[in-house]
Amino acid sequence: MLAMLMFAAITLGRPHDARAFCGFYVGKADATLINHASQVVVAHHDDKTVISLMNDYQGEPSEFALVVPVPVILQQGQVHIGDRELFRKLDSYSSPRLVEYFDPDPCEIMRPMAMGGASMMHRQAPADASNQAEAKTLGVTVEAEYTVGEYDIVILSAKESSGLETWLQQNGYRIPLGANRALEPYIRQDMKFFVAKVNLTEHRRTGLTYLRPLQFAFESPKFMLPIRLGMINAQGPQDLVVYLLTENGRVETTNYRTVKLPTGMDIPEYVGGEFGDFYTAMFNQQVKRNDMRAVFTEYVWNMEWCDPCAGPPLSREELKGLGVFWLDSEPGAMGVRSGSMIYPQPGGGPLPVMLTRLHVRYSADTFPEDLVFQETQDQENFQARYVLRHAWKGSRDACSAAKSYFDEVNRRRGQEAEALADLTGWTIGDVIKKAGLRGIDAPKPWWKNIWD
Amino acid sequence: MDDSMDESSASGTLRASAREFTFPAALSDPRTFQIFSLGILLALGAWFRDFSLQPAQVILTFAAGLATQWLCWPLTSSKPRSLLSAIITSLSLSLLLRADNLFVHPIAAASAISSKSIFRFRDKHLFNPATFGVIFALNCLPGCWISPGQWGQDVAIAGWVIVLGMLVTQRARRADISWAFLGFYLGALAIRVAYLGQRWSVWTHQLSSGALLLFAFFMISDPMTGPNSRAGRIAHAALVAAIAYAWQFRLYRTNGLIWALFIAAACVPLWDTLWPAPKFNWTQNGGHDETIALSTTDARDADVRRDHARQAA
Repeated sequence: MLAMLMFAAITLGRPHDARAFCGFYVGKADATLINHASQVVVAHHDDKTVISLMNDYQGEPSEFALVVPVPVILQQGQVHIGDRELFRKLDSYSSPRLVEYFDPDPCEIMRPMAMGGASMMHRQAPADASNQAEAKTLGVTVEAEYTVGEYDIVILSAKESSGLETWLQQNGYRIPLGANRALEPYIRQDMKFFVAKVNLTEHRRTGLTYLRPLQFAFESPKFMLPIRLGMINAQGPQDLVVYLLTENGRVETTNYRTVKLPTGMDIPEYVGGEFGDFYTAMFNQQVKRNDMRAVFTEYVWNMEWCDPCAGPPLSREELKGLGVFWLDSEPGAMGVRSGSMIYPQPGGGPLPVMLTRLHVRYSADTFPEDLVFQETQDQENFQARYVLRHAWKGSRDACSAAKSYFDEVNRRRGQEAEALADLTGWTIGDVIKKAGLRGIDAPKPWWKNIWD
Repeated sequence: MDDSMDESSASGTLRASAREFTFPAALSDPRTFQIFSLGILLALGAWFRDFSLQPAQVILTFAAGLATQWLCWPLTSSKPRSLLSAIITSLSLSLLLRADNLFVHPIAAASAISSKSIFRFRDKHLFNPATFGVIFALNCLPGCWISPGQWGQDVAIAGWVIVLGMLVTQRARRADISWAFLGFYLGALAIRVAYLGQRWSVWTHQLSSGALLLFAFFMISDPMTGPNSRAGRIAHAALVAAIAYAWQFRLYRTNGLIWALFIAAACVPLWDTLWPAPKFNWTQNGGHDETIALSTTDARDADVRRDHARQAA
């Protein structure tokens, strides 16, 4: 097992509009840092790893640059250009989801039936290395140099961090203050540095207005994700979503707590219109309750199916495109794209691919080490799923059962409001007000009745 | 001189009074304190942390562990018979092992306890039972794993407090192997942090591992499977620390501590040959280094007896 990587984005040329990805964004003229969730897909099996880095860089291509520590020297064939549509599909498939149920007519005896799930993803969702002689004096070796797609790539090894820092600066990379200290541990561990910038000619040739994901494959026992380099000049917490594709079971971190998000709660119906806000508040609250020291599991499922589906499972070819190299290409029973909320349709068995979606918000203080993973043998499915229950629309006087039904609905709505307030940290009064609940009072402060 | 005689006489009376007060048999056994500490850790983990542990798994672990111990009694010569060790093993397995089914825990517990009767050398069992049970489960049973990161900093700190409290209460001299191991292992981690130029918060973060705590004070310290002599225990601690470090930071594998203790078990007979010493007995009060002083009065009493013996000699 072994995947190791770590990234930092740095900028090329003059100190203006530059953004980094996989860790942090840098705003115009070094002004503000915008929090954003970086997305990484890690396919890992038998000490072989394929890492795909989503590139949602929005600035001038000429100023994009990326540094990723990697455990081995990557040759040209080990670096590939990915398809960002696959990220979108994987994201959609594994998103935290909202499920709706409609209460049946209490006057009839019938079994409640799931009406399906609407889901929305809340997605917080270098210059030329030609001067070899100069590089040598700095203790930096250019191990490989090639162009893949729209990227010019250089693989560096270094003897000391100050030499590497100088080399990067001399070659037009603008690296953050403090990079020296962050680079040092990786150099001491004999890691190499994958440095990429955009080849403008090749980029124009693609005709695309965006930069495509970078992928690289390597063999190493390290199964980890370097996050420390991205913290160099971060001014606040950063979000990272890691999709881990493995053969046998759920993935967790071995050096931090891995916590499953609260799931399965009934929440007020009005949340259906603002699921994004709900999920943001809920995630913030969970981060706070765990002192920003935990990694959160959002989804664990066999890639063959889903229930309910926020998005269809990926096909074998699509999984292969994300680096799942151990999957043979024989056609499976992968979902019939019929609009059903459950894939696959009857037939077919489990696929030897488990997806674990981890979401981590980290800061330099609370995550002093890089993330180290292990694949467990746990095959229990998990999804962050929240439930809306729509009340029956009939009359209270329709039958004798209707009266007790509506009493029950009122009680239920009170519980849903309390659950929502607890999950999100919103005040119960606000929730009751937004939910339009009448006859349900917010709990009074303990001192309220002393002198009244 | 007379004063001293009077004082000696007075202290003799006190000693006699102290001896008249006897702890219940179970409390005089250090394993009782271990069970108490492990029980608190398990409760902390179950209530304040998502240990992904089902109550049924704990119950099955105990049922299988105790039943196997009972079945194995005819195979062992040790007297008096006690279930305390089996309880400790069951608690350790509940704390360490995770599974997505119900059969892993009881099988692991049964293999752990039966390993005491199967793998023996010079009338000592070779493997710490919990270590054997975990290794057996990880390699032979489906759907199980260890979650070393699930403790969290606050629970780990509480764990250190409990363990240190236990050691103070017990004054167990066999803790030398625990301290030696922590010295070697944490020292190696500190050197690594310094060499890599990492922040010291990395080192303190590595300390906050419940698995490390459990290992140092409840597994490597097992006097029944560790070397009999102090020199042997120190050597063993160094070997285990070296293997664990290499496993984690050279081979980049997980569960280095458990694997190290399992692998190094083969060297215990070597240490016992190089540095011979009497075998440990949980309930023996024969003046071995493993004798547990239950109170300061007892400790003083023992010191005074030794002084008198020296003077008489």
